[in-house]
Amino acid sequence: MDITLIWYLVPALVMFCCGVYGFLMRRNMIAMLISLELMLNAVDINFVVFNRYLYPGSMEGWMFTLFGIAIAAAETALAIAIIINLFRVSKNIDVRDTTKMKY
Amino acid sequence: MDITIPILILAIPLFMFIFLGLAGVKMSHKLAGTLGTLGMGTVLVLSYYTAFTYYFSGNPLFIDGTDRLQYEVFNVTWLQFTDFLSIKLGFLLDPISAMMLIVIPTISFMVHVYSLGYMHGEKGFQRYYAFLSLFSFSMLGLVVATNIFQMYIFWELVGASSFLLIGFFYTLPSAVSACKKAFIVTRFADLGFLLGILILSFYTKQLDFLPMTQNPQGVFASFGGATFMGASVLTWALVLIFTGGMGKSAMLPLHIWLPDAMEGPTPVSALIHAATMVVAGVYLVARLFPLYMLENAALMFITVVGAVTAFYAAIVACTQIDIKRILAFSTISQIAFMMVSLGVAAHNNEAIHHGLGFMASMFHLFTHAMFKALLFLGAGALIHAVHSNNYTAMGGLRKYMPITHITFLIGCLAIAGIFPFAGFWSKDEILVACFENHWFWGAWMMMVAAMTAFYMFRMYYLVFWWDNPDYEQRVKDLEAHGHHGALPHDPGFAMAFPLVFLALVSTVAGLIPFGQLVTFDGHEYIAHINWPVACSSVGIAVISILFARHLYINKNDNPKAMADKVRWLWEAAHHRFYWDEIYLFITRRIIFDGICKPIAWFDRHIIDGTMNGLAYITNQASIAIKGFQSGKVQMYIWWYLIGAVVLGIITAVCIL
Repeated sequence: MDITLIWYLVPALVMFCCGVYGFLMRRNMIAMLISLELMLNAVDINFVVFNRYLYPGSMEGWMFTLFGIAIAAAETALAIAIIINLFRVSKNIDVRDTTKMKY
Repeated sequence: MDITIPILILAIPLFMFIFLGLAGVKMSHKLAGTLGTLGMGTVLVLSYYTAFTYYFSGNPLFIDGTDRLQYEVFNVTWLQFTDFLSIKLGFLLDPISAMMLIVIPTISFMVHVYSLGYMHGEKGFQRYYAFLSLFSFSMLGLVVATNIFQMYIFWELVGASSFLLIGFFYTLPSAVSACKKAFIVTRFADLGFLLGILILSFYTKQLDFLPMTQNPQGVFASFGGATFMGASVLTWALVLIFTGGMGKSAMLPLHIWLPDAMEGPTPVSALIHAATMVVAGVYLVARLFPLYMLENAALMFITVVGAVTAFYAAIVACTQIDIKRILAFSTISQIAFMMVSLGVAAHNNEAIHHGLGFMASMFHLFTHAMFKALLFLGAGALIHAVHSNNYTAMGGLRKYMPITHITFLIGCLAIAGIFPFAGFWSKDEILVACFENHWFWGAWMMMVAAMTAFYMFRMYYLVFWWDNPDYEQRVKDLEAHGHHGALPHDPGFAMAFPLVFLALVSTVAGLIPFGQLVTFDGHEYIAHINWPVACSSVGIAVISILFARHLYINKNDNPKAMADKVRWLWEAAHHRFYWDEIYLFITRRIIFDGICKPIAWFDRHIIDGTMNGLAYITNQASIAIKGFQSGKVQMYIWWYLIGAVVLGIITAVCIL
């Protein structure tokens, strides 16, 4: 049985939808961050797979994947720093309670 | 000829301006004044050297037999626009620029020295010397310009330095308004100058003086007989260029700035508003004179403007109270003499030596610079002594200020044209030139010359004779109390030296064989005294002086009675024939109220209103929708998701 493109895309789609659901529904900011990572990784899988199956000669998909991983790492560090600071101030990381950051 | 000295002549004042302007605040007054004066002294030596080399070295570059040549020491391209249109900067030596190289540094140096005493202790002394250097640089650059655009650049620079110096006492509202007035009026006139330059260069395809003045027929031919509104385009161009000169040289109707410019420090009035900058208009016409020679209409225009201005300024000068204003109107009148002299130099009769008027004009420019600077510096000494500009505060000063008295008297005799003082020789040549053109101009200018003698000696007698009981009383008081400090007295050496020097020059300058040095075409011209004209001009000058003496030597009521007989005329002349009021009416009632206010209304309500309305709408819209930014992060994501899904569906629908 050949492992075709769809074998990769379906798990990636499931991962992405889980990420979206978690990002929308979880109230804990750490959990939201994990959901965000899920979405990013789903997209990374898509990049690699599309590159491997559709344009095997080129490298752009891999490059973008590496780029995405780097950005994800940076973004995580930033987000964790923000969350820790929020926690220090309010002893609470429920996203519903942090509504002051607006106009 | 080596170009180092000409470059230094321009570079030293420029350097002094920058140096004193930037570092002046750190210096003491004495150091700044000494540096400025030394800089100008160096320029004086170098310019004298250059001018004397030009006139007397016999170098074949400068002279061919007895004919003086025009010589460009250097001429470098500064801005190249097209193949034949470029702006150059250079240094032109010819009879008139070499003459100005003597006049400008002489007067400027005397004013530098004089200011050491006159401006002593004034706030901004260093700034004053920086501005004087800027002015000297600009004026020297103007007279040695090799092309009309370089002249225009320096023309604007002298205007700017005049503005800065008139407004030197910038805390006085009158000085501020005077400097604005001078700047705006001359700038308005320079618009005409610029238009003239553009028309001229459009047709001739060049800006350089030498090709134009050495081949005026070629310039004439390049216009190809083009006409505009009944006059040839060349005439229009020349009249427009002359308009710039009218503004700078305070010819009617653009003379209104010069009397007000007297708000500046008196040495500045002597340097800029009597001796050098205001004759730039005469110099401009003289520079382009070969072109003016081709267009009798333009010369006629110059003659009429000059003659009317000379008469007008002479009448007004007879009724002024402020001695600086009297001198200002006298300056206007004398510059008008030079203009008329250029105007009548046209050769509408082949028998006339047409260069005479040109030579006489330049001669008068030279002598007038000397004796008018002397008179202004003398007036400065008077003002310094009595702390007032008005002759009503003076009177009987000859007893207290003998040096000022003698030098001022020499200046008055020179301007009145009494033999053998400088003014006699130059004014005599002008009158001869006028008579050779038409007896009417001769008679007219002779009448103005008589008025000149009258108003100058009116001022002289009012200041130095006309008894002032106040001073007599003060003398008695002081003698009674035994100290003499508060009486008016002669100025110190720094101020007295320029007075004495210029008085000597004014006495002997007429003996310079000017016809051999400065003529219109470089040919030597031997001036002969025209005995009938000379005798009659001296005669009426003496009569005018005696008349003034009769009226003003002692305090009496005759002058007032005379004025009362023609009260309306006296009042009109005293108010300068209401020119300022006319200008105010035109600018305020017609231009401001009629044109500017509707435009301002349109700007404020329509244009600004549109912009303000847009801003208001944007503001209101943002207030209306800012509730969306609730601070609930997950709400944003919902909106984003919904938007993305909707856009995706729309895209899908469109594609499928």
